[in-house]
Amino acid sequence: MQTGTRRTPWMAVPVAILLATSPAFSGEGDPLKGEKAFKACKACHKVGAGARNGVGPHLDGLFGRAAGSLKGFKYSKAMLAHGEDGLVWDEAALDAYIADPRVMIPGTRMSFRGMEDEATRADLIAYLKQASVHNPVENPSAEAPLRAEMGAAALAIEGDRDYGAYLATECVTCHQITGQTNGIPSIVGWPKPDFVRALFEYKTNVREHQVMKLMTVNLGNEEIAALAEYFSSLDPQ
Amino acid sequence: MPKLTRRAFGLVAGAAAANLAMPAYLRAQGKPRAVVVGGGAGGATAARYMAKDAGDELDVTLIEANPKYTTCFFSNLYLGDFRTFDSITHGYNTLQSNYGITLVNGFAEAIDRDANEVVMADGPRVPYDRLLVSPGIDFIWDSVPGYSEEASEIMPHSWKGGAQTKLLKSKLDAVEDGQQIVMVAPPNPFRCPPGPYERVSMFAHVLKAKGHTDSRIVIIDPKPTFSKQGLFEEGWEKHYPGMVEWYGPDVHGGIVGVDPSTGEVETDLDTFQGDLVNVIPAQKAGNIAHVAGLANETGFCPIDPHSMRSKMDDNIFVVGDACIPGDMPKSAFSANSQAKVAAMAIRGDLVGSRVFPAKYSNTCWSLIETDDGVKVGAQYVGTDEKISSTSKFISQTGEDAGTRKATYEESLGWYSGITSDIFGV
Ligand SMILES: Cc1cc2nc3c(=O)[nH]c(=O)nc-3n(C[C@H](O)[C@H](O)[C@H](O)COP(=O)(O)OP(=O)(O)OC[C@H]3O[C@@H](n4cnc5c(N)ncnc54)[C@H](O)[C@@H]3O)c2cc1C
Ligand code: HEC
Ligand code: HEC
Repeated sequence: MQTGTRRTPWMAVPVAILLATSPAFSGEGDPLKGEKAFKACKACHKVGAGARNGVGPHLDGLFGRAAGSLKGFKYSKAMLAHGEDGLVWDEAALDAYIADPRVMIPGTRMSFRGMEDEATRADLIAYLKQASVHNPVENPSAEAPLRAEMGAAALAIEGDRDYGAYLATECVTCHQITGQTNGIPSIVGWPKPDFVRALFEYKTNVREHQVMKLMTVNLGNEEIAALAEYFSSLDPQ
Repeated sequence: MPKLTRRAFGLVAGAAAANLAMPAYLRAQGKPRAVVVGGGAGGATAARYMAKDAGDELDVTLIEANPKYTTCFFSNLYLGDFRTFDSITHGYNTLQSNYGITLVNGFAEAIDRDANEVVMADGPRVPYDRLLVSPGIDFIWDSVPGYSEEASEIMPHSWKGGAQTKLLKSKLDAVEDGQQIVMVAPPNPFRCPPGPYERVSMFAHVLKAKGHTDSRIVIIDPKPTFSKQGLFEEGWEKHYPGMVEWYGPDVHGGIVGVDPSTGEVETDLDTFQGDLVNVIPAQKAGNIAHVAGLANETGFCPIDPHSMRSKMDDNIFVVGDACIPGDMPKSAFSANSQAKVAAMAIRGDLVGSRVFPAKYSNTCWSLIETDDGVKVGAQYVGTDEKISSTSKFISQTGEDAGTRKATYEESLGWYSGITSDIFGV
């Protein structure tokens, strides 16, 4: 919302730069440093052999891939429109997107504030170029097999969608039902395991946040399962 | 004939074509009728949720006096030049076009509880099977001797959104260096407990930004303590040293009265002269609740904590500032939260949909200075006695700048979230 004026919108980047094969930024990045920078993405994106979709799409085969093109992943309308308009991920496009996602693709549901440092972005891109040459699992949208981890009990319950819809009325005061994000992350269309894990992480202080601690502290497994059922069933707009 | 705008016919216009002589909301549809009085944070939310979740099974009508709604929440940010007036003003078009709600733009004068009808000021009656009332507040003008509705043109309260918000802003912008602002804060219970103190912060922000640091803001408070006091006092000390003075009752000894002609606020201690005086009087439930006999001796409306159903009438629900909300503060967040519980209960009554145990929540953000936001929040459940708090949090004094900035950014996200939850998407 307030990020609007900080950077050149992607659309304003000269076409010549976008078409060039070498990155728009000066100098090659360092993939080793980039692996560290990927920490900022890891919670939502998997890359490398056997990657799956999570909160975000897997990034295997990213370079040369049309935006919003993975079947079975719930993209925002904005991302799909950019893909249809011909946006293909290359270094320059990726650089602009991670610099400020909502400026380059207004309406994207990626809840990532942006990475200001140009050198770090170059490192990250160098890492992704190496890491993304692998193939994902056969069906990247299928849920990962259950592991004995936090939230497994909640995941094992079949969530009551009606109950989830009621409980969700509390959440959508902040998290927009359309999946829009500006100041508060988008939580619609997430795979259930990621959703359940996130709620447990707030509940148990693995992730610290006063509001989300309050929101999860009184939720039992049945409530969490119901919420996961409901939010995962929604389509972003 | 009622004064109906074209919009009042809403989505039923197609069906109404054969029957245009009769307003949509008077026509028997054969469907159960849910009617809402008050299109603010509580009422508009309830109307939207009922229409959205019950679909075609329910006829939903929203009665609202004004064509547009300016939110009181974030009006302090407008005073502080962080928001435009337009960005805090919302219309009812989406509720009509996307949810099929019938909007009646007019003032509800009374509720005929025997006939189950709302009586409009210009005559017509709107029948209901269940009625939800969310009229917000009205003022007890003489709670501050010398103050009155006329006086509010000189000493604005700006505690209801719209013209008063603009009036206070223009007076604030006219304050010169060295001049003094006096705020008379309200007694409990009132809408938005941290609101007056956030407002003082925005007064100070505007003055400081203009270099008017010789100006003073004096708060005359009838309460011995106030919401987020430690956080505000820390912030005032840090950002606006020497500019804000707060006087509780043990210091000023009691508010004797105000004189709009001289700009004076008299207390037992002293008389304070304000070049701008902002008087926020004591409050009670919106008048319609009193006229309809829904309020008790407290000035507000008792409700069943499990459902928001009025204790005075089983067919009526009261939410928002007008109700007695137990441990909840009077806020837009609370009103929105209560409205969802009531909407679920009304659907349960009228179309037999499932009703789950009531759960409520609230978070109130306040901005002290640019990128210095604080918050307080809690969760609640309905018990037989009251809406009861189960857990809560508050920002800490001494937090780092990054945390405070993140808190402010969250509040921006919340504003777009809640306004789309109230007025539709
Ligand atoms: C300065 C200030 C700052 C605030 N900041 C915050 C904040 O940051 N966060 C927060 O959560 N809350 C905040 N609030 C509180 C919030 O604005 C109120 O609690 C909230 O608006 C209450 O909702 P409501 O539905 O009860 O009443 P309202 O929102 O006031 O809505 C009542 C509506 O009913 C209509 N109406 C009344 N009577 C009739 C009638 N007889 N016929 C037809 N229509 C009628 C009115 O025109 C109005 O539109 C703030 C308030 C103020 C004053
Ligand atoms: C909070 C979760 C989250 C984080 C953190 C995040 N992303 Fe995303 N990402 C998403 C989501 C969700 C989408 C889908 C966006 C849409 O549909 O608008 C997405 C989309 C993308 C896409 C487009 C892929 C495609 O298939 O078109 C790329 C590229 C991307 N992210 C890269 C990154 C990088 C690099 C980072 C770290 C700097 C990152 N993301 C951080 C959630 C996240
Ligand atoms: C008062 C506002 C508010 C409410 C209400 C709220 N949240 Fe959140 N939520 C936030 C904020 C702010 C964050 C970001 C927290 C952080 O930085 O870790 C968040 C984060 C999350 C995340 C992690 C997002 C991510 O990208 O990692 C999930 C999942 C989530 N919330 C689910 C919920 C659910 C489910 C509810 C309802 C039970 C809910 N929230 C209610 C404000 C809210």
